Parts: sequence; C-alpha cells; structure tokens
Amino acid sequence: MTKLTSTRVLPNLVLCLCLGLLTPSAFAQGELRFCLRSEPKTFDPLQVEDDASVAIRYLTGGTLVRMNRQSQVLEPELAQSWKVSKDGKQITFKLRSGISFSDGTPFSAEDVAYTVQRLMDPSLHSPTGDAFRSGPGKVDTKILSASQISITFPAPVAGLDRQFDQVALISQHSPKKEMAVLGPFMVADYKPGATVLLKRNPNYWKTDEQGRKLPYLDSIRLDIQPNRDIEMLRFKRNEIDLINSLDSEYFDKLASGSPQLVHDAGASLDSEQMWFNQVAKAPLPGYKKAWFRSTAFRRAISDAINRDDLARVVFRGHAQPALGPFSPANRFWFNAKLKPPVYSPDAALKALQREGFHLDNGTLKDAGGNVVVFSIITNSGNKYRERMATMIQEDLQKIGIQVNVVTLDFPSLLERMTQTFDYEAILLGLSNVGLDPNEEMNVWLSSSENHQWNPQEKTPETAWEAEIDRLMRLQSASSDPKKRKEAFDRVQEIGVEQAPFIFLVNRNALSASSSSVHGLSPVILAPQTYWNAERLSVGVIEAQSRP
Amino acid sequence: MKIWRRVACAVLLLVVGVSLCATFVAPAGYARQYREAADAPPSRQHWLGTDDIGRDRFARVLYGTRLSLLLAPAAALLSTLMAAVIGGLAGYLGGMFQRAAMTVTDLFLSLPWLFLLITVRALLPLNVSPLVSVLATFLILGMLGWTSAARVLCASAACLRDSDFLRQARASGIPGARLFWIHVLPNLKPVLLAQFWVSIPVFILSEANLGILGLGVAEPMPSWGSLLKELEGLVSVGEEPWKFVPLILLVAVVTSFQLIVSKQEEEFAV
Amino acid sequence: MLGRKIARHSVAIIGTALLGGLLSATMVRLAPGFDTDEAQIDSHLNSESLRALRESRSQQHNILVFYLQSLKRASQGDLGSSLTLHQPVSKLLRERAPLTLRLIGVALLLSWGAAMTLALSAAFLRLYSYDALATVISGILLCLPAAVLGLLSVLWNTPAALAVAALVFPRDFRYARNLLARAYSLPHIITARAKGLHELRILFWHVIPVAGPQLLALAGVSVSLAIGAAIPIEALCGLAGVGQLAWQAALARDLPLLVNITVLVTLVTLLANTAADLIGSMVGSQPA
Repeated sequence: MTKLTSTRVLPNLVLCLCLGLLTPSAFAQGELRFCLRSEPKTFDPLQVEDDASVAIRYLTGGTLVRMNRQSQVLEPELAQSWKVSKDGKQITFKLRSGISFSDGTPFSAEDVAYTVQRLMDPSLHSPTGDAFRSGPGKVDTKILSASQISITFPAPVAGLDRQFDQVALISQHSPKKEMAVLGPFMVADYKPGATVLLKRNPNYWKTDEQGRKLPYLDSIRLDIQPNRDIEMLRFKRNEIDLINSLDSEYFDKLASGSPQLVHDAGASLDSEQMWFNQVAKAPLPGYKKAWFRSTAFRRAISDAINRDDLARVVFRGHAQPALGPFSPANRFWFNAKLKPPVYSPDAALKALQREGFHLDNGTLKDAGGNVVVFSIITNSGNKYRERMATMIQEDLQKIGIQVNVVTLDFPSLLERMTQTFDYEAILLGLSNVGLDPNEEMNVWLSSSENHQWNPQEKTPETAWEAEIDRLMRLQSASSDPKKRKEAFDRVQEIGVEQAPFIFLVNRNALSASSSSVHGLSPVILAPQTYWNAERLSVGVIEAQSRP
Repeated sequence: MKIWRRVACAVLLLVVGVSLCATFVAPAGYARQYREAADAPPSRQHWLGTDDIGRDRFARVLYGTRLSLLLAPAAALLSTLMAAVIGGLAGYLGGMFQRAAMTVTDLFLSLPWLFLLITVRALLPLNVSPLVSVLATFLILGMLGWTSAARVLCASAACLRDSDFLRQARASGIPGARLFWIHVLPNLKPVLLAQFWVSIPVFILSEANLGILGLGVAEPMPSWGSLLKELEGLVSVGEEPWKFVPLILLVAVVTSFQLIVSKQEEEFAV
Repeated sequence: MLGRKIARHSVAIIGTALLGGLLSATMVRLAPGFDTDEAQIDSHLNSESLRALRESRSQQHNILVFYLQSLKRASQGDLGSSLTLHQPVSKLLRERAPLTLRLIGVALLLSWGAAMTLALSAAFLRLYSYDALATVISGILLCLPAAVLGLLSVLWNTPAALAVAALVFPRDFRYARNLLARAYSLPHIITARAKGLHELRILFWHVIPVAGPQLLALAGVSVSLAIGAAIPIEALCGLAGVGQLAWQAALARDLPLLVNITVLVTLVTLLANTAADLIGSMVGSQPA
C-alpha cells in the first residue's frame, strides 16, 4: 500500500485543482441567442409537428441514433450499436449505460420501450409515430436486458434505423414526465409569446475528445420572432447570434459588408413547385380540366417558365433550377441522370399547337376557342412565392397565356387545396426534413390525402400514377438500398416526364452567424446552423470543437 | 394662407396630371420586368430604380397614383356619408334609436371583420378581373370605415338636438327631414371633413394589407399601398431612400387635400 | 336615477358583448379555412391521423351549440382551450392581458396628450403655419404603414406604446382640432374673447362644455382604435400580448380563443363608449 506523502499530495492536489478548473463551469461558453419563427405548440417530443417545437426537440431530446447533418451518416447516440433484421421489421439496440435524464432519473431500456409504445399509440396521432406505421398491427417491444431492447414492427419500415433520429426518448419513471430530457439542453423557462430559455443539461452524457463535458454552452435563448425584418435588425445589433434561415436579399446585404458573417451551404433539400388541379370533381369548367389533365399542356407550361430567372432574380442567385422531385443535395437519392429543364417558350408554343391550341391576336386559345386563362394561388406573406408567381405570369404571357395571381391566407388556400378543390394552379413549396424518399410516400401514393394534384384516388386514374404507386410500395418494402434507389430513380423520371408537379427551384441553405459564435459549420440538412449545438460556444474563449 | 392653398392645388393638379399622362411619361408600362436590372438604384433609364423583379418603380408610382387617387377618396366619401347618416340620424333622433344605433356601431368596432373579408374573397371567382377585385375592396373598406366617426357624429348631433335654433326651426313647422339635412348635417361638417381626410390614407394602406386575403389590387397592377409595402424591408430601405418616394407622394397629396379642405373649415368657422 | 342608468347600461353591455361573441363565432365558422390545419399537409401523417385532425374541430360545426356550451363552461370559469397553443384560454389571457392593457393605456395617454395639446394650441393660437405643421406631422403618421411604425420602434429602441400612439394620434388630432376650432368659432365664444374674458375661463367654462361630449365620444372611440392598432404592433414587435394572440388565432381560425378575445374587446369597447356617453351627458351643454 502506498502512503500518500506530502511530496505526492501536493502534485495530486494541483492536478485535482486543474481538473476542477477543467469542469464545465470553467468551459462555460456563454449563451447562444437566436429566433424561432413561431410559438412552439408543444414540449412533448412525441407530438411535435411545427418547426418551433421541432427545434426545441432537437436541442433537448436524446435519441438512440443521430444523423450527422454534415456527413449525412447515421451515428450512434444513446445506442452504442444497433442491428436491423433482413426483413426490415425488427431493430435491436444496445444502449449505453450509466446515463441519466436531466432530473437524475436513470435511463434504461424500459424508457425506450415506454417511448415507443407511447409513440405508436394510435390515439396520439403523432407525425413521428405515423412515419413508422407501414402496416396495421401492434408494435412489439422486448426488453432483452437493462441495456438491450428489440423493437418489432408489423410490417417492414424503410430506412428503419434512420427514423429513430426523430424519436426523442422520454422517461417512464420521472415525475417531470416529458420535461426530463436526455439531450444537451433542457427547457428552463418559457414565456409564452416571448422566449424559450434552454439551459445546459447537467446530466448530459457526452464528452468531447478531451474528456470535457458537453455542451460547451451555458444556455440557449430562443426569442419568438415571426418577422424576418426585425430578426435581421436584431442580428445587426448583436441582440441575436445567428439566423438559421436567412433571406437572400439580407444575405447579399450582409455579405457586402461582412462576408464572414454569412454562409451559403449550397442547394438545400427544399423545393418550390407548382401544380395544376387534376381532381375530377373539382368545380372547374370541363375544358380547363382537360388542359390540366393533359401531360403535354403541363410540360409546355414547364418549358415556358424561365427557372434561371427565378433563381437569379427572386433568390438573388442563391437557388438552383430544380431538376426533379429531389434536390441534388440529397446525394444518394437524387437521380443524377435527370436532365436540366430547358427554358424554351417556342418549344412550349409548338407543343401546345400540336394539342390544338392556337394564338389569336397574341392570346392563346384551345381547340374549342376558349381563351387560355387560369389563376395561380399561393400563400400570402411569402414574398418569394409572390414574386415567382408574378414572374411566371410574365413568362406565360409571352406564349399568350393569361395568368391571374391570387395570394390567399394559408387556411383559405388549404381549404381550396384539400377540401373544396376550388383552384386551378397552386404554387407552394416542399420542405424536406429527411433524406429518405419514404418520407414522401403520402405525396406520391395516389390513394393518399397528400397526393396533392389529385388526392385520394380510389384507383390510380392514370397508368403512370399506377406505376408510381407500384414503385413507391416496392422501395418501401425493400431493405436493399440499391433496389430502393432503382425504384425511386424511376419515380423521379416519371415525375419529370408527366409533370404532375412543375418543379421550379431548389433554394440554397443560407444562414448568418456573429463572429462570437465558435464551432459553426452550416450544412444543408435542418437544423442548418445549430445541428452541432453541443459543440458550439459563444464568447472570447475559443473552445476546441470538431464538427 | 392663399399661397399654401395654391401650392396645394398645384401639387394635386401636377400629381393627377402626370398620372393621367403615365402612358406617355412611362411608356414601358408598370408590368414589364427588366430582369437584368432587378432591385436597381435610380438611373437614366429607371428614374426611381426598379423593384425586386425589375419593374420600373417610377412607372408603377404613376399608374398606382391613378388607382389610389380615384378609389381611395371615393371610398372615403362613402364611409363619410354612411357615418353622417347613421351617426347623425342616431344623435338627432335620440332615444331608443340612438341607443340601438350606437350598440350596432360598438359591435362593428369590435367584430373581427377580417373573416368577412376572407369570405368575400372566397365568394369572388379566382379569375375575377383586377378592376372588380379593386372595386370590391374599396367598396368594403368604405362600408366598414364609418364606425369611429359615427360615434363622434352622434354625440355632436345629440348636442344639437335640443339647441335653441333647432327648437325654433321645429316650432316654425319645418319638417324633421329638412331639419336634419339643412340644419343639423352642416353643423357636423368639422367631423365629416376630418373623417374624409383621415380615411383616404387609411384606405390606401388598408388596401395593401388586404392583399394578404387575396383582395386588393392584383399583380401586376400597382397601387400606392403595394408600393408602400416595400418600406416594410426597413432594414435595407434606409440605404435606398428612393423607396420613400411613394410615401412622400402620399403625404404630399394627403396634406394638399387637407390644405384645400381647410378652406371649407375656415369658411364654416367664420 | 344614476344607479338605474348604470344598471341598465351594464345589462346592455353584457348582452351586447355576448352577442358580439356569437357574431364573431359565426363569422369565423363561416369563413373559409375554418376546418383546416397546417398539419394536414404534413406528409408523415397517415389517413387515421388526418381524420382525427379533421374531427377535432367537429364539435364546433354547430356554432349555436358550441357557443351555448362555451357560455355554460364560462359561467364555471372555464373559457375553453386554444386549438393551436393547447393551453387554457383563461391562462393565455391572464398572462397576456396586462401587457396589452399597459400598452394601450400608455398609448392612449400619449396620443391624447399630444392630440389635445396640438389641437388646443392650434384652435387657441389660430396660427395657420402652426396648424399646417401639425397637419403635416399627423399626415405623415397617417401615411406610415403599421408595419413601418413597428419596425421603427424596434430600430430606434422606443417603446411599442409610441408606435401605437403614432397610429392613433392622427385621428385624435384631426377630430379634436376640428371640434375645438368649431367650438372656438361660436359667436358667444368670440364675444367672450372680444370682451377680454380670460382664456382659461373661456376654455373650461365655454369651450369644453360645447365640445366635451364629442371629445368624450372621441375618447371612447380611441380605445377601440388603440386596440386595433395594438394588434399589428404586438405581432410585429413580438410582444406577447392579447393583440399578438388575436392575430395568431385569426390566422389559425382558433375559435375558442377568437370568441373569448372578441367578447373581451367588445366589453372594453362598450365600457369605454358607455362611460364616454354617461360622462358626456353630465358635462354637455348646448351652444348659445
């Protein structure tokens, strides 16, 4: 037994002191401040559906696996490892041990089972849960040990492991219920309509490569600010540290003065598109329905739209013409064989003339003598869409088509789109959170309510929609990435050939951050700037961090 | 005083005149998009620069002036007349009628008319002509904008109801309707003129806000309201002062209106 | 006598407020977009969830039944629950009403203070240049969109109450100026001035009794103008008041929240205008 002598005690004491200094408090790296664009509707991670709640879930929730937003590779988190069965129905997780929730309640496989059972409760109607619901039947959770759990689904779930990136675990035993979290931060204060304050989770399990406890930040203050002009103003006045999604014109203005503050991560997963109403029972004249249901008509309209101008003028060059349903930023799933759309009003006119349309004193008419006029509706308050619609109006005027641009408040637009079908064309966008095409299952399946151009078809009304149905089901049931890719590549091709959606542009992921924020590495996957929030720091001391 | 009034008349005539000659002054029109020069500063070709999608701002100001100068005063007149009839009659008649009318007025002040406007938009066809949409917008504004003035007019008319000169006129056998139109209403002029003057810019701005609901002036037609909406990007507008021209124009026109109208007030005031 | 008047007015106020609630509920129910929810276009939701989402609003389809049930619950202190924020309406209003009341109160004080000062001095001094300057200032404020005023308030770090006051001031000034000018132009006032009566005596004994009822009516109307102005300013400046709540509720067709806010706004409007009427009837006198 070695006795501690004074010659050994002092160095040890010094070492302890240094280690003490190397506690999180010594590396307390300030408060990060940014804005949420709306009020969070819930703090229950299983019922999250709006952007603000998703942001809070991301920052506070602990997940079994996490998609690295930069490399787009799935990484272990609370699960050390996992295995997906060949049939895609079962996944087994081996959990890390010695982890507690933010209130000290121990974490175990029971909590995973509890979370999954709650998530899959049909009465909860959770969007996250519905993503797992590939077929009828119950989900079986089997606790193999305190740190091992197996979850079996009634039907194969495509990309099963990746789906768990969205599942924030909750405690079965904690008195704080869903407010006890496993993520780097926890909700400390909430002033409705004003702020959400997140503080460091003292029991967060992760450390950095030097063994320092994460997160580096003391806290994150989220101000609720829907107005982008005011958000920009506050950023310029250093009242907030970053803007997660920056408008193009503000990007350029900031870049001209302080280019180091802005980031353009390239084309995002989001797309802007328009589509025509192909619903048979829509309250439209028969001749208009005939136009909109004609592939040649839709493709001609697509050819007549100058996407380069849309990207250059509306988005100030911070967007790219869309090639198809998926953005090229989705490296694996994007069909690289798709050809870029060509702007050709002459070709568009010729194609229309082949369909019996003709120009009469500069006005396009169909074979029946009806003037080609239709309206494009879009949601008010989105200046990009309003500008795009006005530019499309001018583009189509060049081939004699009269377009009326109508901006509506979102609920009114939604009612027309999903209930009354009283619209002719709509210009909206698609916001993709994940990479997997299965997330768009409800868009491409003809029987789905979100099959926007013609929802809830009893049977596919066209051969190409039947083919898309078959391919989407095929890729959903397969666990072979190569087979899935083949099937979805073909879906993308059909999507371009038949043009049910006229894909317009893919916006770039633009953001801004103040120079006092360290560790930022903006990416295209949401959340673009704070995806590595646990490794960010604010202030003078620069914490060592790695993306 | 006369000089100021003359200046006001001159300003109004100039604005109206130039807007009527828009076709000659700005031949390119308000809709043409110079996409290579989007959001450009003033230049020889574009005197007030271009907007976000390259449309000449000067042309849009001219054409927008026509619409707003014609329709906003018309809507203001409608709301003033309605206020005069409802508020004035309520105060003049008094009793249950006054109480009922003021209750209705208070309800009008409190109800969320946003939903009526949304319903109106839903009832209009999507392909309605821009002119019909604009007319409907200003008609609705006129029909909803009378409430605040009506209350003040009611109080004014109630004061006049038992005045000596009115009692004398009544005693002389002048019928009630004539009393109201010839003796009561003219005494309400100060409030009516204030209501008219205030309503013009309020309706111009409201028209722009109604764009959120699909009403108002449809693209590509410009209006002062839609031009003023550019100021909402105030963070950058500070560096682009030419975007303030529609505001300066509106202030000049509204002030000119007031300076001309104040002649009437002075004549009335003696 | 006064007591009976107040009692009668109170009954009328409550009845009208309830009627206002019913009318607003009807307007919201009949307006397009009532049965919709943004979550409907979430491609993750399956058909059962979408059906449940639609059915969550089915209780509000019969507006009369919904309203009567709301009244019954309200009599027990339960104002219902917000469909969008998933919180009790009473809690939301309790948290946010103080901010809005403060905002409107300060704004009214500022706008009335400025309006009356300018209007009185304009009517009193009868200087054309002064009047013209006041007209230009109020004209500029009248022409500025609410969004710009809100942004300026944030830009210059001024209280939001100033922005609301700037929206209300032009109307207050214009009406007040005209009413006072008219009062000062009455023959007996001109005579009193010519005979050298002190200006303050003229103001308090002769001008205010003439213009008082109308100015009070204007004060009552200013309250609803201020409430209307507070909504966009709160929404723009991110102030967690009832105005911001009303705006969010309107956009989301949140019926329980909208009905309660309308009843509250109607009550406040009616109280203000009724008080103005009652005081006006006590103050008022006829012109000679």
